[in-house]
Amino acid sequence: MTDVANRTDVAEWVDGNDIAGAARELFAVDLTAARGRCVNCGLVAMVAEAHVYQRAPGIVARCSGCDSVLLRLVRAPDRAWLDLRGLAYLEIPIPAPAAPTAVPVVA
Amino acid sequence: MAARTLVLDVPDWPGHLAGQHIDVRLTAPDGYTAQRSYSLASAARASAGYAVSTVEIMVQRVSRGEVSPWLCDVAMVGDQFEIRGPVGGYFVWEPSRLEPVLLVAGGSGIAPLMAMIRTRKEAGSRVPFRLIYSVRDPDTLIYGEELARRVRDDHGLDVTIVYTRQTPFGWGRPAGRLTPELLAEAGWPATLAPACYVCGPTGFVETVADMLVAAGHDPAAIRTERFGPTG
Repeated sequence: MTDVANRTDVAEWVDGNDIAGAARELFAVDLTAARGRCVNCGLVAMVAEAHVYQRAPGIVARCSGCDSVLLRLVRAPDRAWLDLRGLAYLEIPIPAPAAPTAVPVVA
Repeated sequence: MAARTLVLDVPDWPGHLAGQHIDVRLTAPDGYTAQRSYSLASAARASAGYAVSTVEIMVQRVSRGEVSPWLCDVAMVGDQFEIRGPVGGYFVWEPSRLEPVLLVAGGSGIAPLMAMIRTRKEAGSRVPFRLIYSVRDPDTLIYGEELARRVRDDHGLDVTIVYTRQTPFGWGRPAGRLTPELLAEAGWPATLAPACYVCGPTGFVETVADMLVAAGHDPAAIRTERFGPTG
């Protein structure tokens, strides 16, 4: 299970769809369908389109346009570190709320 | 084996959307963990008002990988492992959508697109679907029989298979990669404003997405998912 070296048949990066699970632990909605602006080059793109490198101790997402770092996420058993400095903003779709309904049972 | 379909029983499964994936996490006796994402190939059934507890994933074996060899060669019925999901909200199709759909798969990229095809039928959607599925040769074709059956039974589904290296005997088209001409012929014209889903290896996805944009498709209507192989 630890054969990491010399893996020539493994892709160097995957796309942003891959971080959905890790991000979902921190956010109440899906982050991969969010659109973000790269601080470095100004490209506005979906998080799902970012280039994600998983070989670092954490997750590093880079801009598909200029390759600068958009996001870093490091997870420890009891906490996470999230660095979003490469993103000027995120536009996050929020599904229509399924608000809980209340029914009086004693009135 | 090169690829394996696993049906997993997940007792608290909340239901999923077609195109979503799960993360599989394996933990070694020494505590080392390895995690990979796998697309769900089974139909989303939440739309029918109930959730089922089994889901299907398709795993392509990557030699010297950390997770896929175990899932392909070692895992047996009754084994347990951790998953997280369903996750992903970008590469998804919901039966409430009304525009025609173009699905383009390269190799094992068929898995999430298969979930969309199955979901379409389960949900009774009559939205026209066209699938273009590129594989190396007949041996690497996955879901071949099911696709043939669905072309016959699921009205409004067209499937075009593109063999890049070797075709079956008597196949009408010589082996070769997907071309812009074939994409135009087997797909939808941009004027119909279809929703496009492209899934496969990175190079394949980039090439097809570029072809679609060059053919006039709105880049915002092209959703992509690049499959590792990440081991």
